Amino acid sequence: MTLEASKVTFGYRDRPVGTDLDLSIAPGSFTAIVGPNACGKSTLLRVLSRLLKPTAGAVLLDGKAIASMPSKQVARRMGLLPQTSTAPDGITAADLVARGRFPHQSALRQWSRADEAAVRGAMEATGTTDLADRLVDELSGGQRQRVWVAMVLAQETGLLLLDEPTTFLDIAHQIELLDIFAGLNDEGRTVVAVLHDLNQAARYASHIVAMRDGAIAAEGTPEEVISADIVERVFDLPCKVVPDPVSGTPLVIPLGRAQRRG
Amino acid sequence: MLRAGDAASTRAPLRALLVTAALAAAALLTAVIALGLGEMRVSAADVVQAIVADAPPAVETVVVQWRLPRVLLGLVFGAALGLSGAVFQSLTRNPLGSPDVIGFDSGAYTGAVVSIIAVGGTALVIPSALAGGIATALAVYLLAYRRGVHGFRLIVVGVALTALLGSVNTYLLLKAELWTAQMAAVWAAGSLNGLDWADARHGAAVVAALVVPLLWLGRRLRMLELGDDAAAAAGVAVEPVRLALIVVGVSLSAVVTALAGPIPFVALVAPQLARRLTRAPGVQLVPSAVTGALLLVSCDAIALNVPPQALPVGLMTIVLGGAYLVWLLVAQSRKEMR
Repeated sequence: MTLEASKVTFGYRDRPVGTDLDLSIAPGSFTAIVGPNACGKSTLLRVLSRLLKPTAGAVLLDGKAIASMPSKQVARRMGLLPQTSTAPDGITAADLVARGRFPHQSALRQWSRADEAAVRGAMEATGTTDLADRLVDELSGGQRQRVWVAMVLAQETGLLLLDEPTTFLDIAHQIELLDIFAGLNDEGRTVVAVLHDLNQAARYASHIVAMRDGAIAAEGTPEEVISADIVERVFDLPCKVVPDPVSGTPLVIPLGRAQRRG
Repeated sequence: MLRAGDAASTRAPLRALLVTAALAAAALLTAVIALGLGEMRVSAADVVQAIVADAPPAVETVVVQWRLPRVLLGLVFGAALGLSGAVFQSLTRNPLGSPDVIGFDSGAYTGAVVSIIAVGGTALVIPSALAGGIATALAVYLLAYRRGVHGFRLIVVGVALTALLGSVNTYLLLKAELWTAQMAAVWAAGSLNGLDWADARHGAAVVAALVVPLLWLGRRLRMLELGDDAAAAAGVAVEPVRLALIVVGVSLSAVVTALAGPIPFVALVAPQLARRLTRAPGVQLVPSAVTGALLLVSCDAIALNVPPQALPVGLMTIVLGGAYLVWLLVAQSRKEMR
């Protein structure tokens, strides 16, 4: 399944974000979109997931414009973990995950075995099976985020878009979640994630898109994109890049004022 | 492990089903008892006999011709108010966000009064009340709109508009001729008095017509509870669906206002009561409808039979709902203080 943005111009009424942007997501890839705050990376993800209509250009899913496809049909092929969502009061984890089945259901076909299996599979993949009967309000931040991921997985889409999935989590839960995404990617799902941490992006992604001021500043493998001069150009941050002692992927060591002087 | 039984019970919770069935049974039972109460007492068995088969003409006339339309409308309107309240409380994510609190009933009443004064009768009351309610809803929606509608802003704008419409309504009544003003003022109390079979048919038909789209919208409403982004990502056309829900929800309470006058608090209380009784998460359309039916039909039976002189049911629901509202406001402000 390929996802493509073709010459998209996008933004909000009073604030244009990006112009004539082209981006192609390769099937089976793990793409990380990185960039400084307000560079438009989350807005781009909203455009890709058709939450925001581009003012010009088109987003194509397998060559077809998603704007012209029925939204439920898109939702059966592309899932999105939004930055913010709310769990209804008193909902259990299993009930929340079950709501991810919406695009597969209709007034006539409400709850089926396929739904049941999808919910079970999604909860197993995210390690939330034991939380099934717990109230979402009472879960820890890491558990809750895994339940939301399970809900998106229950949608059973080949393509997963994740908008800052690890923000607000501690480092252990960030890694736990990224490992889950890596596992899903290994199983053949295409993953596109907006990430903040460059080192995590370099370690987990197969492809990195670096954005600045609403445009793609650099794009390629982690080794190609995460270099000292590109990071400085994109983030205005002087740094050194060394191989990660564990994974061998690029590791960004920022230079603060003290290091720069010396 | 997720056991099959667990999953089945979480998807169609047994407790919610049982509670809903019990509430429905209670509503029907109350209706049968209410049909037997009044100047002429009729036993429950005779009431059922009169409805399903033949009965002595006197019983037939009193029970079927006089009392049945009123009791049926009590059930139907109670359900309509319960649904309307459930829709708006879910859309606004706030237990205060019900059509009686956020001005839609006042708007529908304004529409009704204007038409009574302009036409000089009640011929156009239903469409005028619908128009008044929907116009108010759209005004509230637009005034509260700022990159999407946030629940709390909707409530504050609605409460302000309710106050404004209240003064408009008073002004209209003061300017109107005495007879018209009296007719409109009686309307204001919210009563099922004097409703006949023609009203029952009209009312039930409109409510039924509004329930049909809710069957389709209800599942989308449940997705909207997860947030606009999550709903849109799952394939819900967020803004059109929300607008449709507002129109249907307003219409459900406006049709009640049109025929019976504004009956406050049923829409406010029923969904919350249903939620607490079923302990099911999120919006609960069917339980809210059944709870509303039970509330309205029993409030009407009490208002009609308990006080020395029959009261409009609107007064009865104000007493019950007012107490609940005070409790809710206290509970909410406590929660926010924390």
